[in-house]
Amino acid sequence: MKQETIAWLEGKAREIRRHIIRMTAAAGSGHPGGSLSAADIVAALYFHILRLNPNWPAWPGRDRFVLSKGHAAPVLYAALAERGFFPVEELLTLRKLGSRLQGHPDMKVLPGVEMSTGSLGQGLSAANGMALAARLDGRDYRVFVLLGDGETQEGMVWEAAMAAAHYKLDNVTAFLDHNGLQIDGPVREVMSVEPAADKWKAFGWDVQVIDGHDAAQILRAVETARQVEGRPQMIVAETVKGKGVSFMENQVDWHGKAPKPEEAEKALAELG
Amino acid sequence: MKKIATREAYGEALVELGKENPDVVVLDADLAKSTKTIDFGKQYPHRFFDMGVAEQNMLGTAAGLAAAGKIPFCSTFAVFATGRAFDQLRNSIAYPRLNVKICASHAGITVGEDGASHQSVEDIALVRSVPNLTVFIPADAVETKKAVMAAAEIKGPVYIRLGRMAVPVLHEDDFVFEPGKALLMREGADATIIATGIMVAEALSAARQLAEEGLDVRVLNIHTIKPLDVGAVISAAKDTKAIVTAEEHSIIGGLGSAVAETVCEHYPVPVYRVGIPDTFGESGTPAELIERYGLTARHLVEAVRVTVRLDWK
Ligand SMILES: Cc1ncc(C[n+]2csc(CCOP(=O)(O)OP(=O)(O)O)c2C)c(N)n1
Ligand SMILES: [Mg+2]
Repeated sequence: MKQETIAWLEGKAREIRRHIIRMTAAAGSGHPGGSLSAADIVAALYFHILRLNPNWPAWPGRDRFVLSKGHAAPVLYAALAERGFFPVEELLTLRKLGSRLQGHPDMKVLPGVEMSTGSLGQGLSAANGMALAARLDGRDYRVFVLLGDGETQEGMVWEAAMAAAHYKLDNVTAFLDHNGLQIDGPVREVMSVEPAADKWKAFGWDVQVIDGHDAAQILRAVETARQVEGRPQMIVAETVKGKGVSFMENQVDWHGKAPKPEEAEKALAELG
Repeated sequence: MKKIATREAYGEALVELGKENPDVVVLDADLAKSTKTIDFGKQYPHRFFDMGVAEQNMLGTAAGLAAAGKIPFCSTFAVFATGRAFDQLRNSIAYPRLNVKICASHAGITVGEDGASHQSVEDIALVRSVPNLTVFIPADAVETKKAVMAAAEIKGPVYIRLGRMAVPVLHEDDFVFEPGKALLMREGADATIIATGIMVAEALSAARQLAEEGLDVRVLNIHTIKPLDVGAVISAAKDTKAIVTAEEHSIIGGLGSAVAETVCEHYPVPVYRVGIPDTFGESGTPAELIERYGLTARHLVEAVRVTVRLDWK
């Protein structure tokens, strides 16, 4: 893996993080914490991994990315805008009346959004459906999906986990944003999902555990996942909620609270 | 009169549809033998997915299949399709207007012996309130087949309510099913029975009995609950000045409510709702249950007699 690629992806992740801060600050609401924790994964996906065409968002052969933890919409919107799906200026319309950037992603209005999400626990099922369709159509696209760790408390996630293994959906690659926090507190205290990696293994998935903020590890994990046959793959990404902004890191309160103007300024200064 | 359950007709329609359209895929949640999707599964095994006892995942998977261009038909009992998986129906299917057909069988109390846990008395109320959704409730086997074909043509989510019990065949095979159009089954000037699903046959039978008493009763078949044929309902109010609704569903939130809402807004006349009173069902034979919960032609006759006598000033 080229060092320039990694440096470039790090730059993209930083830009995405800056957008997340600016967007949520402008909106006065939204979810910075879980958006920041996923920024490196989403940057790697949109700037290296996913096969797609911003000029033809509905290209049937494209790879799909389903943001199952839909509250992290800002990270998705930032990546889509940076990738050229819509103008970067539009990011500042987040959550405003009439905006295509709804509080949670709406696939019908915003190009590049593959699934409307927001009600947690549903994205993996949709990803499985897309993967089944790929198989029926003889297409070789892959479906990626990002789950929150708190989200995996939803029973439906495990219905989908079972189904993906049962139908041997090796064209499904999931990331778990294992940031350890949800709304009411640490996931371990609210309702533990541990041992997370072992659970996915037991459900028949290929499982890797990586540092979710290390672009090189993310790319390598996806390459490894691509080689797996007959099984879906879970990449447990160890992450820090609020990553990149010191006063937001590991702070449960920054799950669903927008930075005030002075906080946003401080955050942007830190991000550089 | 020949009797066929609407779920049987659904199973046959799916097989036909599968032949015509390679994009049609079918999902079930471990009830394929009851919902009759098994026939499709046998014919087209690679396009049939049993998702196990996991209704939420079934609807979510169907959403993904539709997002990738397939036309998924999903079946389970109406109780589970709308109750267990309501959020999936709402958020993963209806909100993104995905091309998923939810064909829910064993609706209403004519499920019979399985009892209240399996008898959906509130599914119409649930699906009727969801934006973007089209809702069909076929009255017989012929209507079911046509409704399934029509659903496949509609680009968007459709809910089809099907029954377990064999019901009379009311239509000839060449019957034309027009989505969103109330079907005039019988003309009349003194009152209108607005019926849906298995109650259409009861309504016709009631109208015949009332004719002997000199009451001339119109019968409207509402096979499309949503979008409702508002014009036909208003005309019924204007022309006949008395309406009785008939559905195998709670009197809260279903056809009766839809008709009352429409009539109140446009042309208030007495509306009497025949349906399951605000209660859960219980075990029994279908015939015993429709008697006990007041869903027979006899009950409709009573209701019409009372409603036409109401002096409403
Ligand atoms: C079905 C559902 N229940 C509740 C919520 C409200 N909610 C939004 S985010 C969240 C916590 C999610 O935690 P996690 O999955 O760990 O996300 P992250 O830490 O990555 O932000 C909850 C409960 C929701 N969006 N959907
Ligand atoms: Mg979390």
